[in-house]
Amino acid sequence: MTLRLIERIAVLAASLAVSSILVFGFMSVLPGDPARVALGVNASDQSVASLRAEFGLDRPLVSQYFSWVGGLLRLHLGDSYISRAPIGPQIADRLQVTLWLVITSMVIAVLIAVPIGSLMAVWHRRISGLVLSAASQVGVAIPAFLAGILLITVFAVHLGWLPANGWTPPAQNPAMFLKQLALPALSLGLVQAAVLTRYVRSSVLDVLREDYMRTARAKGLRPMPALLRHGLRNASVPVVTVLGLQLATLLIGAVVVERVFVIPGLGSLLLDGVSSRDLNLVQDVVMFLVVAVLLVNFVVDLLYVVIDPRMRAGGR
Amino acid sequence: MTALTDPVSIDPVMSYIAAPAVLTVRGLGVSVRDTALVQDVNLTIGPGERVGLIGESGSGKSLTALSIMGLLPEDVTATGSVRLNGVAHDLIGADERALSRVRGRDVAMVFQEPMTALNPTMRVGDQVAEAMLIHRTQPNRRAARAAAVARLDRVGLPDPAQAARAYPNQLSGGQRQRVVVAIALANDPALLVCDEPTTALDVTVQALVLDLIVRGVTARNSAMLFITHDLAVVATVCQRVLVMYGGRVIESGSVQEVFSRPLHRYTQGLIGASDLDIVDSRGRLATIAGSVPPAGSFPTGCVFRNRCTYATELCQTPPDWTGPDAADGFACHHPAGVQHG
Amino acid sequence: MSSQDNVAVQPPTDSRASRRLNPSLVVGAVIVLFVVLTALVSFVWTPYDPTNIDATQRLLGPSATHWFGTDKFGRDVLSQILMGSRTTLFVGFVAVGVAAVIGVPFGILAAMAPRRPGELLMRGNDLLLAFPALLLAIMFSAVYGASTLTAMIAIGIATVPSFARVIRSGALQVMGTEYVLAARSAGRRPFAIGLRHVLPNVSSLIIVQASVSFAIAVLAEAALSFLGFGTPPPTPSWGRMLQESQEMLFVAPRLAVFPGLAIALVVLGFNLLGDGLRDRFDPKLEDRR
Repeated sequence: MTLRLIERIAVLAASLAVSSILVFGFMSVLPGDPARVALGVNASDQSVASLRAEFGLDRPLVSQYFSWVGGLLRLHLGDSYISRAPIGPQIADRLQVTLWLVITSMVIAVLIAVPIGSLMAVWHRRISGLVLSAASQVGVAIPAFLAGILLITVFAVHLGWLPANGWTPPAQNPAMFLKQLALPALSLGLVQAAVLTRYVRSSVLDVLREDYMRTARAKGLRPMPALLRHGLRNASVPVVTVLGLQLATLLIGAVVVERVFVIPGLGSLLLDGVSSRDLNLVQDVVMFLVVAVLLVNFVVDLLYVVIDPRMRAGGR
Repeated sequence: MTALTDPVSIDPVMSYIAAPAVLTVRGLGVSVRDTALVQDVNLTIGPGERVGLIGESGSGKSLTALSIMGLLPEDVTATGSVRLNGVAHDLIGADERALSRVRGRDVAMVFQEPMTALNPTMRVGDQVAEAMLIHRTQPNRRAARAAAVARLDRVGLPDPAQAARAYPNQLSGGQRQRVVVAIALANDPALLVCDEPTTALDVTVQALVLDLIVRGVTARNSAMLFITHDLAVVATVCQRVLVMYGGRVIESGSVQEVFSRPLHRYTQGLIGASDLDIVDSRGRLATIAGSVPPAGSFPTGCVFRNRCTYATELCQTPPDWTGPDAADGFACHHPAGVQHG
Repeated sequence: MSSQDNVAVQPPTDSRASRRLNPSLVVGAVIVLFVVLTALVSFVWTPYDPTNIDATQRLLGPSATHWFGTDKFGRDVLSQILMGSRTTLFVGFVAVGVAAVIGVPFGILAAMAPRRPGELLMRGNDLLLAFPALLLAIMFSAVYGASTLTAMIAIGIATVPSFARVIRSGALQVMGTEYVLAARSAGRRPFAIGLRHVLPNVSSLIIVQASVSFAIAVLAEAALSFLGFGTPPPTPSWGRMLQESQEMLFVAPRLAVFPGLAIALVVLGFNLLGDGLRDRFDPKLEDRR
């Protein structure tokens, strides 16, 4: 048991290390001279040289890499080449916003997908099941930003119930915050729900075929209580994996949705950084996102052990 | 079909009991889409009786059992009548709600495969307790848990309290099957249906679990329908037996009678094939020619005629049931022990 | 797998005929063919020049002369949609191609390798999963600037892990078969086995995965174009059309509908095609996904 835990931690550490090398290599090595990229083609050699000296870009690559990683581990992310503003606090600020969006979306997605996916499985030979299946196929085909635009069209343009964009911190004005959170979270959440529904359906269908479901009914449980009491916990195992994987998609989907709804989150920080060729900033944000995804997958792996006793030691 | 009379008054084995039958099955048929898989099955089981249902794979014996429980797969439908003593309605065609009240309480089932019969993410004790809580044979959770431990003790699990906290994957196949038996007998059902309960177990464990099941039903005076392909097991455990082939009951009677003087040619073949002392002039063991046709492809008339060495043109018509009732008789145009030219 | 499968009654699979040509496959194929046709037609003819700016024709609604209307620059929407299908299909095709060319050999290699190295390769593969297509594309764009090429390469690389995973598991199954065992005992070299035995047998998996990945690629390309990291103007692209439509939402919401429908239709088509092909190749998996 502990051996497996150690193994998993080792894998996580290795993944983090390799990813950091990849990101660093990409952002610091490939562009050639990050200072020139940041300042533009027309910048004077002098300004480029002074920028390089200021940020230590004339040191050997390996040394740059290690000081970057060292900084990461101590959560010192340095300053942006362009704005000279410290990157760390920027990420922290924006992170809160993105977290609100991502977590709300995920909750919406799960709340929709679990019941509907289960129904789709139970009704899988009926017309109602087929209709739901078709609906989820259509849902999967719609990208989150399209859903966002459509929702804006309906709820902001036609009905005028909700704002078309903008962001207010919750402490400042809770009502406005909620109104502005609604459409973005729905955009991400609905699309995510469509994807998740199909996994839930598949997983529940598998469980319904299992022998222990038959035993449950032979005991006198009716189909729905049998599903709820015996099926869901077993069906949740593959669904939890998918949720973890979907987090990567959600984080990135948030990037686009933030653009649609003009939300000051990590996504827009990243995009702004790219437009202004601020490679330092982009590098840090990308690394942050990658670390987040790897950590979440790691946690999901651990959750497995909690949910599924078969994963614990002593099985046959 | 001759009219059914109460088997108790005729069957010498049960003549000392004058009680209503626990299970009465009449004209049971099972089909999937247009293909008939089981036809015209009649059987009766009295209180405390142990009845065996023998057949090879494809004979329809499992389907018969599942029909009694109302657990047929989707697309598969049952017709006819299945009545349980103490249950006001027919089990065939009853809705889920009514059936779920009956299952686990008046009739319970032990399935073949113990490795997959239990929920892997739920403790074993809780699964036993659940059986009692569903039918409220225990007043609350705590009482049910305690009763569960007692049941696990009765099925012979060492350290029942610890076993109750275990998950199924921590138990061996034999232990899991004991748990399944504990669940089935938890509410003292009047009828226990067993579908090949020991076939998937190690040989050394089979006898133990079998013994456990028999003691369990005798202690409760429960009736039992025991389905298997293993003649030896039926001989040890059951008092009466029905033989199924091609979805029909082709012979029935007391175990003694049927095994020592089989009348239907198939039964004769079965008994002969299990007897390792019977060899032909070249020293080969007895077999039944041919193989079991797939479901839905049995011949018309007598279902066995394409493999029977005594078949004649007469066998193209379905043979009538010869015998006083469903519990004792056979359906064969050319039975053994009868003069025919 | 449960013991219920052993209840010696398998309902006759009368729907075998319907499985061969299941509705998913048919509808998906029709949609895909339609889109491909549209793209081909656009090489030869579009109602108007999609890049033709005409201030006098701004924001017209759908009419006999402009079936889908015009956008804020006066460009004909239908022509843009037609031409945009080229970009979409092209990016999808190249991205999937890149992913397959890298992912399939990688997957087969990982399957044929001894256990430990194979698992190690898969770990590396999974690492790539932490870099979704969009993120990679953004990184590429930051370094190399935005263009169709960076979009294609980035999406392609990001799609490699899913190919590699699927192919590896299929290849593992093939490796376990008896004819491969026979080939190995006969001394066939691994490369020959991989080429002659494994590859043909995973070809159906490749096709299914290609179709599904195509749909994902289309979604990614649309998002990239929306963000401005895809095909630069003036070449029409559906994602950029959506982005341009956003500022006109209060005035002409229909401008979002057409490119949106186009994207959704293509993605739907490839998804259905993929599902339909999967059902056709392996009916046992019918009820999954």
